Amino acid sequence: MIKSLDPRITRAEIELENPISPLKDLDQWETYEVFHQKKRGDQHMHVGIVHAPNAEMAMLFAKEQYGRRGMSVNIWVVKTKDVLTSEYEDTDMFDVTEKLYREASGYKVMEKINKYKKENKNKV
Amino acid sequence: MYGNAYIDPNDKAAAIIADEDPVKLAEFESRISRGEKIEPKDWMPKEYRKQLIRMIEQHAHSEIIGALPEGTWITRAPGFRRKLALMAKVQDEVGHAQLLYSAAETLGKSREAMINDLITGKSKYSNVFNYPAFTWADACIIAWLIDAGAIINQVANAKGSYGPYCRALDRICTEESFHLKYGHDNVVTLSTGTKIQRDMVQAALNRWWPPIMHFFGPSDKISQHTQILMKWKVKMATNDDMRQQFLNMYVPKIWDLGLTLPDPALKYDEQAAKWTYTEPDWEEFKRVINGDGPCNAERLAVRRNAEERGRWVREALISKDSKYLVPLA
Repeated sequence: MIKSLDPRITRAEIELENPISPLKDLDQWETYEVFHQKKRGDQHMHVGIVHAPNAEMAMLFAKEQYGRRGMSVNIWVVKTKDVLTSEYEDTDMFDVTEKLYREASGYKVMEKINKYKKENKNKV
Repeated sequence: MYGNAYIDPNDKAAAIIADEDPVKLAEFESRISRGEKIEPKDWMPKEYRKQLIRMIEQHAHSEIIGALPEGTWITRAPGFRRKLALMAKVQDEVGHAQLLYSAAETLGKSREAMINDLITGKSKYSNVFNYPAFTWADACIIAWLIDAGAIINQVANAKGSYGPYCRALDRICTEESFHLKYGHDNVVTLSTGTKIQRDMVQAALNRWWPPIMHFFGPSDKISQHTQILMKWKVKMATNDDMRQQFLNMYVPKIWDLGLTLPDPALKYDEQAAKWTYTEPDWEEFKRVINGDGPCNAERLAVRRNAEERGRWVREALISKDSKYLVPLA
């Protein structure tokens, strides 16, 4: 039995030689991705993962792991396996060819107005 | 908390990257030199993955084992506020372990495999936690100076190249600043208190000084291997540089409290612009890290006990449709 400086450990009556069988797969359960919102009005943001046996416990662990300093107002958890992700090697799918027509800066109305005013100075 | 990445000085640089695809390697290295982060599913050299897993895993184990010497004083912390603060700190450390295990998992080693390697003694953790906390003052010195060392290490590593590790470290460093302040406050209280309190904190400091000097590890042999890992931003600073930084920041603060350090050779050399000190006993360091320290056996027995006694609960909760996937980030 361990006689420890820590009274809690002495009380737990632990053998010094206590070989155990290795942890099996899924001993630590599957993972959930955790999202939190810092304050009302903000977007939810991914903050990390928790290991949990079900969604309710994932929520409990997420609150403890990511929300224990009052830095969240809302938390979402979702199973890792339920998230469909794009691949970094496909990042080129976000590359754009010339697409100014979908940007505000693609429309030069003042230039047209000024040109019109200049050309028709005497008439207006 | 934790020490620095161990690099085998006998590994030849050429052998490390010999069978890597040169085009992919060049892309990988140029991404790092541009200051971009590597993410879990990116291509990476085998040696990069291996060293990061080892480093992050050891860091995680250190957090979880480090909770044991500190936890020793929870039941006897002087006063209710300090008891609450110590419980909060210990909870933070265990939380840090969870964040770090998650970061290591993204590289492909399961949490079960990491825990198995810890409890069988295959994986290492920071050597300082193999020493006992005899008095309340030991717990205070740990909270102040071991956490100070950890912050130096973690701030450096947070600028590394692996995204998930950097993100975990950013979160950890924020919490460590509370630990450091809490530890400093406790040490100041003892140092400015009665003679019994001063004697107690001085005795604790004398006991902890050698492990603190060991904390960052022995001097690095500057090998090509080290250089590659520094280029890949796996290792961010040499062990000696971090030790110097620690001495620079904390020796004046210790002396300021009228405490002394048990090394007559310790002084700042103005000309060389660095601290000189008696070389730590690296034989003792090796002996303790290989299992023969005052608390190694107890620490692992306690950890095994926790896994074993909690196993039936974890097993009872596994649902039939659960399936493990490597976490995303």
